[in-house]
Amino acid sequence: MILEHSKNSAPVLLQLDGCGLRFGAVDALRDVSLAVHQGERVALVGANGSGKTSLLRVLHGLEPCTSGRREQPRAPHGGAWRQSMLFQRPFVLSLSARFNVQLALWLQQAGTRAERRAAALRALDRVGLLHLAEQRATTLSGGQLQRLALARAWALKPDLLFLDEPTASLDPASKREVESLVTEFAADGLTVVFSSHNLGQVKRLASRVIYLEEGRVGFDGTVAHFFGGRLPAGAEAFVKAEWPGDQRWGKG
Amino acid sequence: MDDIYRSLGLAFELIARADASLIAIAALSLKVSGLASLLGVLPGLMLGGWLAVSRFPGQPVLVLLINTLLAMPSVVLGLLVYLLFSRAGPLGSWGILFTPPAMVVAQSLLVIPLVAALTRRMVLMAHREGGDQLTSLGAGPVLRAGLLLVHERMAVLTLFLTAFGRAISEVGAVMVVGGNIDGVTRVMTTAIALETSKGDLPLALALGLVLLGVVGLLNLLVALAQRGSHVQHEALA
Repeated sequence: MILEHSKNSAPVLLQLDGCGLRFGAVDALRDVSLAVHQGERVALVGANGSGKTSLLRVLHGLEPCTSGRREQPRAPHGGAWRQSMLFQRPFVLSLSARFNVQLALWLQQAGTRAERRAAALRALDRVGLLHLAEQRATTLSGGQLQRLALARAWALKPDLLFLDEPTASLDPASKREVESLVTEFAADGLTVVFSSHNLGQVKRLASRVIYLEEGRVGFDGTVAHFFGGRLPAGAEAFVKAEWPGDQRWGKG
Repeated sequence: MDDIYRSLGLAFELIARADASLIAIAALSLKVSGLASLLGVLPGLMLGGWLAVSRFPGQPVLVLLINTLLAMPSVVLGLLVYLLFSRAGPLGSWGILFTPPAMVVAQSLLVIPLVAALTRRMVLMAHREGGDQLTSLGAGPVLRAGLLLVHERMAVLTLFLTAFGRAISEVGAVMVVGGNIDGVTRVMTTAIALETSKGDLPLALALGLVLLGVVGLLNLLVALAQRGSHVQHEALA
């Protein structure tokens, strides 16, 4: 396993130490150790069932490690680093788009009602949905729904954003919109951890790639290394299958 | 066959001229069952929502108990409430046996397991879809259940109607705790039972038609509300 990211001197936002996750007789994650540093754009890749979603859920705290541990160092302000997660199929309440964002802020006990309303409108404006603020969220299209979920996540001012295959079921135009928003958020300093099957997207968005194989980390290194360097056999085979050789870094 | 037609004709006549006793019985039925449904729906929603999102020792037993209570004969429930409010019973001092409040209590208790079981199923399904995301946003179990009930509010309306239908159509509990006292505790179902045994089929049929009409009207209102909501969705999409 290659661990180039360990040279990173930025603050650690999250750390897994020998984390395993077991569902009954199935090991979803095995002995995963990694640290997420501030400002990174980490892509989780691997075949279906390799543990990408499980790893995201553990990192976000939705699932506890059944062995090993998850550590969340304190942020400089003394509290925990703030996190949000964007799911593959966003769930919104059958209320207005604005109210869905406002509700997320209320759950985080952020500001007064007027401040939450203003923040919700700002977030919707940021993702280009201000004109649909009062529309019932359940009537939005797939792309609009994903942007609403992004607005909801962004409104919480997270330090760390998790995205579980955020563009998997979107058309190319919506995919571009969501990608460009994630790029903008990352450029603002947001740390991003996302899972994706789309290696083109990984190449465009990520600074670091973690390849998972049957719940284990098979590669953990820079995006340049993943697409252009020597890889362990499993990762090499995966890249060859998903990303034809003539498109690899420096050749495509 | 002639008897049926004649009885039906007389029943429609009673309805058309708004027979005073018919109106009084129907009004009391609506009042008792409406209030019982309102009082029963609230704890039923809370109990069902809580059972859907929380995990604790004994929860499966509680779910099994509630599902079993769905099949409880209303007359048995009436008997239990009777024992509760009878002079020798623990709440005998309240003195409400054979009064409408006792009927309200009995019907409320009757609808609670029904509402709880249906709510649990509804919230469980919605929770599978959005529970993790609400958790991720910071909502605890109780809040998640509440938000999912808001999300499924049209289904909650249907659930209320189901509870009302169950309450207004039962006869056993109100007969036992109300006593079917003319002008005091006589409701549609107990009156139908009595008039049928007396052979006064027109009044029994008229009451039956009113009962069906009331439930049908409520069904129509809920369907219109759901349709309105759907049309609004379509228009906005």
